[in-house]
Amino acid sequence: MKLAPGRFRKIIIVVIFFVWFILSGQSFYQSRHLKEPLVVGEELFQVKRLSDYFPGINGSFNDAKIYILGQNKNGGSILILGGAHPEEPAGRLAAWLIIENVRVKKGRVLVIPTANPSASTSTRPGGAYPPDYSIKTPWGEQKFRQGDRWSNPLDQWPDPEVYIHYPSRQQLAYMDIRNQNRTWPGRPNGTMTEKTCYAMTQLILKEKIDLVIDLHEAELQYPVISTIVVHPKGQDIAALASMMISSEEGFNIGVEFSPEALRGLSHREIGDHTPAIPFLMETPEPFLDATRGKTDQELLLTGKDEFVMKAGKHGLLFEKLDKNGWPIDVRVGRHLSSIIQIIKVWTESNADRPILIENVPHYQDLIKNGIGFYLKDPSKAESGRVFYE
Amino acid sequence: MSAIITILYYFMLGFFSACFIWNFRKTKDWQQEILYLIILLPFLLRLFRLK
Repeated sequence: MKLAPGRFRKIIIVVIFFVWFILSGQSFYQSRHLKEPLVVGEELFQVKRLSDYFPGINGSFNDAKIYILGQNKNGGSILILGGAHPEEPAGRLAAWLIIENVRVKKGRVLVIPTANPSASTSTRPGGAYPPDYSIKTPWGEQKFRQGDRWSNPLDQWPDPEVYIHYPSRQQLAYMDIRNQNRTWPGRPNGTMTEKTCYAMTQLILKEKIDLVIDLHEAELQYPVISTIVVHPKGQDIAALASMMISSEEGFNIGVEFSPEALRGLSHREIGDHTPAIPFLMETPEPFLDATRGKTDQELLLTGKDEFVMKAGKHGLLFEKLDKNGWPIDVRVGRHLSSIIQIIKVWTESNADRPILIENVPHYQDLIKNGIGFYLKDPSKAESGRVFYE
Repeated sequence: MSAIITILYYFMLGFFSACFIWNFRKTKDWQQEILYLIILLPFLLRLFRLK
C-alpha cells in the first residue's frame, strides 16, 4: 500500500508530536512526584500531619508532614515553617538541616519543611525555572524540587477575579488566593491553600506554640529584604535578636514591624489570631529578580547574575550584590543563625517556657563547610528514620 | 461550585483538544498541521493533569 505524500507527512508530524508530548509529560510528572529523602535525627518524637489538627485537609495534596522534635512539654514550643513559597529554597533547606541535626535539650521544636507541598510541585509559568536543583554532599548529590510561589493550579482552580481575604475582606490580587502567605489565618471551608493555613492555625493553638518562624527569600528589587518582619508583640525579641546576630554571628539583619493594613501574611495573622509570636525572615535571592539573566540551577545556588548587578549600579536594588553573589550556603546560614538567636533571646526572657537547642549549624559553619556537609545520607540511615517530602 | 467549574473546564479542554485534532486531520497545509499540534500540547498536558 502506498501512502499519499500528505498522509505520510501527517504521520511524521504526529510521531514527532508524541515524542515531544511524552518527553515533556514525563519531565512534568517526575518533577511533581520527585521524592526528597529526609533523615530524621535522634530527637524525633513524632511525625504528624496537618489533618491530625484539621481533618478537612485529609486526602489533599497539602496534608503536610510535621516533624515534632523533643518532647518536653513543660518547656516552650517553636514552629518553623519552610516552603510556604518553595521557589525560595533557603527556607526549605534551613528547615531540612534543623530536622536532620538538631538536639533539643528543653522544650519542643516543630518543623514543617514543606508548608505548601502543592506549590513545590510546579514552577512559574513563563519563568523558565529549572524543575529541580541538587546540593552536593560528601556522599553524592541530593535533589530537591524547585517549586513556585503559588499552589499548583492542578490542585486548586479556578482563581477568582478578585481574591477577598478572610476574615478581613481586604481585596488582594486574584492569584494570591493560591499564595500561602496571603491566606492566613485560613478558613475551614475555603480553598485548599486557605484550609492549609487554617490547619496550621489549629496546630499552633492545640500545640500551644510560643514562637512561629516563617522562612522566606526575596528579590533584591523588593524593599523587604535581609530582615526579620515581626508582629508588634514580638518586637523586643526581634530587636534584641538582631543585635545579637550582628555581634555574634557575623552578619547584619534588620527588623521591620508587620503592617496592620496588609492582611493574610503569617507575621500579621498568626499574631492576631493565636497567642504565638510570629516572625518572617527574608534573605536575598537574585534568582527571583525580574531583571535576571538565565534562570538556571546555577543562578539559584550561587546568586550570581550580571544583569541584577547592573540594576544595582543604577540604584535599583535594596540589597548589595557583587561578583560574589548570594550563595545558598550564605542564605541558609543567615536563616539558621537568626533562628538560633531568636530562640536564645526568647529563653532568656521566658525562663518558665525555655527552648534549648544544640547542634544546629550556624552561619559561619555553613560558610566553612557548605550545606551538603550537614545533609544526612539516606542510604546509610537506620530503618524508620527516612521520610520523604 | 469550584468542583463543578473544574469539571466543566476539563470537558472544555477535551472539546477543544478534539477540535484541534479534527482540524489537524482536515487541513492540507503543513504549517497549519504543526500549528494545531503546538496549540494542542498544553491542552493535553492539562487534560492529563501533568502541568
